[in-house]
Amino acid sequence: MSEPAKITLEVQRYHPEQDSGPRWQRYTVPYTAEMSVLEGLQYIKDHLDGSLTFRWSCRMAICGSCGCMIDGEPELACHVFLRDYAPGPVRVAALDHFPIQRDLVIDHSDFLEKLETVHSYLIPAEERTPADGTHRQTPQAMADYYDYAQCINCLLCYAACPQYGWHPDFAGPAALALLQRYNLDDRDGGHRLRERVIDAEQGVWGCTLVGYCSEVCPKGVDPARAINQNKAGSAARYLLGWWRPGRRRGEDRE
Amino acid sequence: MKRSHEPPLWLLFGAGGLLAALLGPALILLTGVVVPVAAERGVEVLGYEATRELLARPLVGVLLALSLGVVLWHAAHRIYHTLRDLGMRAGQGVWWACYGSAAIGTLVAIGAVIALW
Repeated sequence: MSEPAKITLEVQRYHPEQDSGPRWQRYTVPYTAEMSVLEGLQYIKDHLDGSLTFRWSCRMAICGSCGCMIDGEPELACHVFLRDYAPGPVRVAALDHFPIQRDLVIDHSDFLEKLETVHSYLIPAEERTPADGTHRQTPQAMADYYDYAQCINCLLCYAACPQYGWHPDFAGPAALALLQRYNLDDRDGGHRLRERVIDAEQGVWGCTLVGYCSEVCPKGVDPARAINQNKAGSAARYLLGWWRPGRRRGEDRE
Repeated sequence: MKRSHEPPLWLLFGAGGLLAALLGPALILLTGVVVPVAAERGVEVLGYEATRELLARPLVGVLLALSLGVVLWHAAHRIYHTLRDLGMRAGQGVWWACYGSAAIGTLVAIGAVIALW
């Protein structure tokens, strides 16, 4: 049997207790055609260097844990194959725009805090009790938001968004796409609550429609579309605010 | 959360983009093809006197100046946001340079048609 083909991986390492900053470490990994980049990282951890740290769980682009920068592009490590980068070196780094906890593991608390602000849960339009039974809707009504409901919170879109990189206050693609997912749900009545986020500087107006978020999304969510669907409505509310009594434009609404 | 004051600028940007997309190809055809081809055959299209007379009508002149204005606002908005996308720390100065030149261009256009009255 012939020797297996080999690929060089340059992996970003950072152990805050000993490193002053991130550094690169090279590993040579034998690979087969069906091996993902995640499997390459697992080979390193199992056979070459047990100290390499990265998140993973499902291995099939469902859990959204293994997002990282692969040759500078945000990707799920389980969703791309080593063969496409052979013979390397292929650079694997932590997701852009997030603080690194250790090696490829990022701290995503900023996203989780933003997710809380967009009310990304069903706020029933009518008062209901469990006795009312299942809150049903037609397949057509579900189709309105279905694509936006596919988000797995992998944060590739945040790593792709230049505006989030420069203005970390921006609510960002995934949070605003999830906001739109619930706004488009015909069972939901939380629009008014979410307008506060939409209309804010940190809301849809923080987006300049670069569109890279939609390009890198492994689930086809199209956050750029979700965000920009809201600009016309937000602009209309702004103009109406000029003569709506008892409300000043630009006031801080907490 | 602080309310964004971008909507009016975005509406002008949208209006300018729509107008530019609608009128741009027609203007290219008219000024790039129709006028020179007609001139070669000795027919004057959009001649100086006729155009001047058309623009001196207040409604036509002001509408044209405003159309030019929103296209300038479109350009200003696009340039400002592209600079930000490219990583430039575009602050108040750049903001005023972009939108200020659009505002000045609009005022100059309105002034020019008023001068024809």
